Amino acid sequence: MIRIDDLHKKFGRNHVLRGTDLSIMNPGIYAVLGPNGSGKTTLIKCILGMVIPTSGTIEVESKAIKKNWKYRREINYLPQIANFPGNLKVYELIAMIKDLRQKPGQEDNLISVFGLEPYLNSKLASLSGGTRQKVNILLALMFNSPLIVLDEPTTGLDPAALISLKKLIQKEKEQGKTILITTHIMQFVEEMADTIIYLLEGKIYFKGTVEELKTKTGKTNFDHAIAAIATNLEDV
Amino acid sequence: MYFLFYLALGFVLLFLNNDVSKAVITLMNVIIVLVPLIGTIFGVMYFYNSKEFTELLLALPIKRSSIFVGQYLGVAGSLTLSLVMGLGIPFILYGLFKSNAIWDFTLLLVVGAFLTLIFTALSFNIALTNENKIKGFGYAVLMWLFFAVIYDGLFLLSLIMFEDYPLDKYSLVATMLNPVDLSRTLILLKLDISALMGYTGAVFKSFFGTRSGFLLSIFMLILWTLIPLYSLVRKAQRKDF
Repeated sequence: MIRIDDLHKKFGRNHVLRGTDLSIMNPGIYAVLGPNGSGKTTLIKCILGMVIPTSGTIEVESKAIKKNWKYRREINYLPQIANFPGNLKVYELIAMIKDLRQKPGQEDNLISVFGLEPYLNSKLASLSGGTRQKVNILLALMFNSPLIVLDEPTTGLDPAALISLKKLIQKEKEQGKTILITTHIMQFVEEMADTIIYLLEGKIYFKGTVEELKTKTGKTNFDHAIAAIATNLEDV
Repeated sequence: MYFLFYLALGFVLLFLNNDVSKAVITLMNVIIVLVPLIGTIFGVMYFYNSKEFTELLLALPIKRSSIFVGQYLGVAGSLTLSLVMGLGIPFILYGLFKSNAIWDFTLLLVVGAFLTLIFTALSFNIALTNENKIKGFGYAVLMWLFFAVIYDGLFLLSLIMFEDYPLDKYSLVATMLNPVDLSRTLILLKLDISALMGYTGAVFKSFFGTRSGFLLSIFMLILWTLIPLYSLVRKAQRKDF
């Protein structure tokens, strides 16, 4: 599905990704974790082609993504910050994205799940942060693509919406999709993720299941295991 | 808004001058300075304002070059349309087709359209290379100032400093290298008031007045449009978002 080889990215002097290697072959939920500034978002943006890597190769569905854009048809992406043109109305935005994707979307179901019906006619600029995030999720999940990338999907969501989101993600997983999630909510990871990818200083420090992580760090509590991973692995 | 402005401008000028060809001359001065300024400012503002929108589009299966060329054509196209319609309507109502200034007027509009295209492309380039809005805006205004005012000053200075040498070729080339000057010269010569410009006017007349000189000038204007556009696409391909 995704194969990344020796990926480097520099922003000026700031060397964010330093030889990241990653291969994701099986469907499932992958949680990309790491402290702030470890390169999670950069990695994801590289996969999407929004950030051009300094060196290294990325393949999606065994096709190199460099100078290619058609592969993005297979990816649904949820950006970290929901920046939308504020003068558009919600339904206009949905229609526009559908038009651009040239694919049928299943937005009706998602609109009712998140209770967005009353907002369809309001402008995006007037929405609250949480509602905007719901629209954001709706846009990311309304298409049927084999790869779903969610950057901090939980920001600003109320508990009810969070439960719906978890259900939605589980449903996507049951359909055999690959889902990449970054988040700082460990409870969410523990509950959802099949595999954890831990990024530190631009490298993959750990890749494995929650159980493997716990045995490796010798902690029974998942929060502590994550916190311990960086220090522990440095000792090895 | 822009359209209404030109519409009003067209009517006022015609009213004051009471003669189509005189209005064309006044209009030239306005177009030469104002059109690049508007193109520059609108280009920069639009680019920064639509940043969120651009990011949204980038994650979708669309070619990068189509996103940016599309945005460019959107801005430059609507500005050009406002210019042509806004000025065209009052002049047509005033009986442009019956007057012999029609070709001058058409040239004026063509040149105005080119200036819009050129300066919007240049400002997009500036906006793309500067993350910082204030900086980008400042550079864009400086660029306009340079082409509209400073360039002429430097040009004059150089003419005075080297007045002992034959400067025909030099001044021709220097004019070609600034789209604003190029447009001004083209229109002035078309209006046949080059006698006002003395000796240099005669040299220019013998060059721009000919068919090949005219074609070369138009070609230069096209080049001025295409080069920034190409660099815009190149820059967009390499930029991180």
